[in-house]
Amino acid sequence: MLQGSYVINPRRAELALRKAVWRPLKTIKSRVSLPQQVVGRRRGGTPHSLSLTTTTMTKLMQWLFGASLLGGLWALVSFDLLDLNLPHTYREVAWPMPLYLLVSFGCFSLATVGYRVATFNDCDAAAEELQEQIREAREDLRRRGLKV
Amino acid sequence: MASRKTTQPKRDTEDKYSILLPTYNERENLPLIVWLLVKYLGESGFNYEIIVIDDGSPDGTLEVAEQLQKIYGGDKILLRPREKKLGLGTAYIHGMKHATGNFIIIMDADLSHHPKFIPEFIQKQKEGNYDVVSGTRYRGDGGVYGWDLRRKLISRGANFLTQVLLRPGASDLTGSFRLYKKSALESLVERCVSKGYVFQMEMIVRARQLNFTIGEVPISFVDRVYGESKLGGNEIVSFAKGLLMLFATT
Repeated sequence: MLQGSYVINPRRAELALRKAVWRPLKTIKSRVSLPQQVVGRRRGGTPHSLSLTTTTMTKLMQWLFGASLLGGLWALVSFDLLDLNLPHTYREVAWPMPLYLLVSFGCFSLATVGYRVATFNDCDAAAEELQEQIREAREDLRRRGLKV
Repeated sequence: MASRKTTQPKRDTEDKYSILLPTYNERENLPLIVWLLVKYLGESGFNYEIIVIDDGSPDGTLEVAEQLQKIYGGDKILLRPREKKLGLGTAYIHGMKHATGNFIIIMDADLSHHPKFIPEFIQKQKEGNYDVVSGTRYRGDGGVYGWDLRRKLISRGANFLTQVLLRPGASDLTGSFRLYKKSALESLVERCVSKGYVFQMEMIVRARQLNFTIGEVPISFVDRVYGESKLGGNEIVSFAKGLLMLFATT
C-alpha cells in the first residue's frame, strides 16, 4: 500500500471526482439524446436542426467520448491519479482490464459471426419456386404476344 | 398523390403503390419481374403502378419494356428512361417525380427480390404505420440462395461490424428491397450522398436520424448473379470506406 506524504482530504477528493466525472456525464447525457432531434444537412452543407437546445453526437464522437471516459476511469484507478489509496486488489484488477475487454469482445464477435453464418438460411425452396414461375411466365407472355 | 396517412382514415382505395425498377441490361429479366409483379399485386387487389427507369441499356431493355406496356397497359407500366447509367439515387429521384402513388417500393429487377413479399410489406406497413419497411435476409426465415461460405461470411461479418459501429436498429442495411412512404423517401434521398451498397445503408441510418419508424419483413434473396460477379476486393474497400464515413458523420 502506498504511503502518501500528505493526508487525503475526502471533500477535495469528492469535488475532484464530481468535476472529472459526474458533471461531464450529466451534461453529455442531456446533450446526447439519440434519436430525438434532427440535425439534417442539405447537400451544400447548411445544417438545420429541429431542436435548438441539443445536438446529436455522431457515432464517432460517442465512441471517443465513451472511450475517454472509461480510459480516464481506468487510468484513475490503475495509476492512482487522485491519490485515493485504493486497496491494491482494485489496481491489480483494473490494470489489465482494457486487454481483457478487448479479447472478450474479439471472442464474442467471432462466436456471434460464426453462429450467424452457421444459421444463415438457405432458400432452396424459393429458388425452385422461382424457376417454376419463370417457366410459367415465359409461357404466358408468349401467349400474350411478347416477342423476345 | 401524397396523402398524409396520419390525417386521413386508412382506406385501401386511398393507397397506391409505385414500384420503381431501375434497369440496366435486364432484357431477359424485365418481362419476368413485371409478370410476377402483376400476378401478386393484381391478385391482392392493391392499386399499383410500375415505373421502369432504364439507363440507356444497350441490350434493348427499353424495347421490351415498351412491349410490356402494350400488354399490360400504359397506366400500369410507366416508362421513364434516361440516356445513360447515372446511378441509383438519381434513378429514385427521377422515378419519384413521376410516381402517382403515396408509397414507393424499390427493388432489384434481376429477380433476386421476389414480388410475393410485397403484399407482406404492405401488411407490415399498415400494422405499424411504418415510414419504411425493409426486407431482411438476416432475421426470421429470411435467407439467401446461391451463396457459398465465403460470401456468407463476408456478408455476416460486414453486417456485424455495421451493427457494432452504427447501431442502426435494422438488421439488414445493405438490402435494397424496401417500401417507403413517398414523403419519407423524398426526404431521405435528398440527404444521402453515397453510392452503391453504402447508399442503401445511408438511407436507413438517416431514417433513424429523422425518427422514421422502420419495420422489417424476412425475405428470401435468390442470387443468380453472384456466380458471375464475385464480391471483389474493390467492393469490400468501398464498403469499408462508406461505413467509416457514416460512422464519422452520423
